[in-house]
Amino acid sequence: MQKERKPLKAATKSNLITYGILIAAFIIVSIICASNDKMYQFKGMLVPLCIYSIMAVSLNLVVGILGDLSLGHAGFMCIGAYVGAFFSVLLKDNIPLDWLRFVISLVLGGITAGIFGFLIGIPVLRLRGDYLAIVTLAFGEIIKNIVNLLYVGVDGSGLHVSIKSASDLNMAEDGTVIVKGALGITGTPNDSNFTVGFILLLITVFVSLNLINSRTGRAVKSIRDNRIAAETVGISVTRYKLIVFMISAFFAGIAGVLYSHNISSLNTSTFGYNTSILVLVYVVLGGIGSTRGSIIAAVILYALPEMLRELRDYRMLIYAVVLILLMIVNNNEKFNLFKEKISISRFIQNRREAMSKGAKS
Amino acid sequence: MALLETKNLGIQFGGLRAVDGLDLTIEKGQLYGLIGPNGAGKTTVFNMLTGVYKPTFGNILLDGHSIVGKSQIDINKSGIARTFQNIRLFSQMSVLDNVKVGLHNIITYSTFEGIFRLPSYFKKEKQMDEKAMSLLKVFDLQDEAEYLASNLPYGKQRKLEIARALATNPKLLLLDEPAAGMNPNETAELMETIRFIRGEFSVTILLIEHDMRLVSGICEQLTVLNFGKVLAQGNTSEVLSDPEVVRAYLGE
Repeated sequence: MQKERKPLKAATKSNLITYGILIAAFIIVSIICASNDKMYQFKGMLVPLCIYSIMAVSLNLVVGILGDLSLGHAGFMCIGAYVGAFFSVLLKDNIPLDWLRFVISLVLGGITAGIFGFLIGIPVLRLRGDYLAIVTLAFGEIIKNIVNLLYVGVDGSGLHVSIKSASDLNMAEDGTVIVKGALGITGTPNDSNFTVGFILLLITVFVSLNLINSRTGRAVKSIRDNRIAAETVGISVTRYKLIVFMISAFFAGIAGVLYSHNISSLNTSTFGYNTSILVLVYVVLGGIGSTRGSIIAAVILYALPEMLRELRDYRMLIYAVVLILLMIVNNNEKFNLFKEKISISRFIQNRREAMSKGAKS
Repeated sequence: MALLETKNLGIQFGGLRAVDGLDLTIEKGQLYGLIGPNGAGKTTVFNMLTGVYKPTFGNILLDGHSIVGKSQIDINKSGIARTFQNIRLFSQMSVLDNVKVGLHNIITYSTFEGIFRLPSYFKKEKQMDEKAMSLLKVFDLQDEAEYLASNLPYGKQRKLEIARALATNPKLLLLDEPAAGMNPNETAELMETIRFIRGEFSVTILLIEHDMRLVSGICEQLTVLNFGKVLAQGNTSEVLSDPEVVRAYLGE
């Protein structure tokens, strides 16, 4: 007797495919890197790819699953980057183990960003639609500009904070200034590498997919689909919106820590409106609500301008054309049918059906 | 004691008194009808009972406890579920997931347990799947469980909405025009289903309906509203033969 195999649920199958693609990509890239000493440009791109993929996956939770347009995602990345870098510089001499220090930085950066996500979420999530987009945009800029003014130093008596200048910190002789206003933080240890980035991306995807396919995820999607009906079946709209906003900010913070440990000198110029929009473009073109799509779009759209660097001025022109083409193709019915035809899950299903037919006859 | 009692219930929108002094007494297990011409205030009554609107005056007692001023969520938890006149499903979710959202407060586990897939996640999800499938079977929707809710035909969307409301384990189920847009066959089938769920889930049902065949076929008691005021109240057959009621519906 053949034991009846329980067919996997569609969602589970799709998730397994996502993990499969990610791990396969990681192995291939690792082999390429190991077999080739050069390709500096390619290798330099790997960590940013992980960073922007994490950003896209986390923003997808808010935009795709919760259905609220957030334009301030880079603000949370900024918080994570600064908090992580600050602690790494501060603890550079105290914690000799590199990996332990980095893990602490990641956790602190993520949690701080998560807390800010929660605090900002309380007023912001009362709004809807365009208003919510505008206010998140404003909060993103506020965070960036406050951090830009921030001076933080440390000496024997503890931390000193000022928003005017380094001399206002009134520190003792032995003190060091860590956050230097618009100059940001320098001397952050280079702890980020592709493997760490990939593991963090995998964790982000794991949490994100598990969240989507759980009781909480269903509650969030029900709010997106019909807020009034969600309330009448007893779902607290504020509570679930805050949970998602917080988790999304947490991972943006993680991406920020990864970012700040990948470059030697950190300042706020990266965390502006442009980055938020860039990440939103990844989410939208990847297919709103699709985690796998967000990653694929992030990888293609981040790598493209980098690879076109040799074309100099025409680079952004080609980028724009690709964006437009992707938009047209994404909305094309024929293309979607074609996509359906070549999809892996469909292939597996057809095979299984063919096999069961064969078994019967 | 009556399951639901409203005392002198009313609501005022600016100069318009949409519902004025409604006294309603619904006993446990009853099938109660709320009828009236368009704009009589029937759906407004539902909105007050479920906490969407706060009544301007009067009181609502569920099992003897006032529910006026409670949030929609708390009212649902204390045992009132509803459907909507214009169907409100979670359209981008599967049929099964729609019902599972209804089970949200019945079978629970935390966000943490969900993310890290602890054993309780699998146990509770299995319970949810079984419960949801058994509800879908009642409405003959089990074969469409994996469809998107928006892809269901109209009549089945209405059934799914009732299934979702029943999933929240209500004492009182409010149905807002359940037969709207259904053909006579579907309506007859719906009547059977409503009777069946009343027995099966020991739920009390209050429904708004324009289809007189359905109303006279299954409702035991009726209240007729006209311009926010009670026009007639009592046994279905008596109320429907009341000349006042006939005049309100058909004119002089």
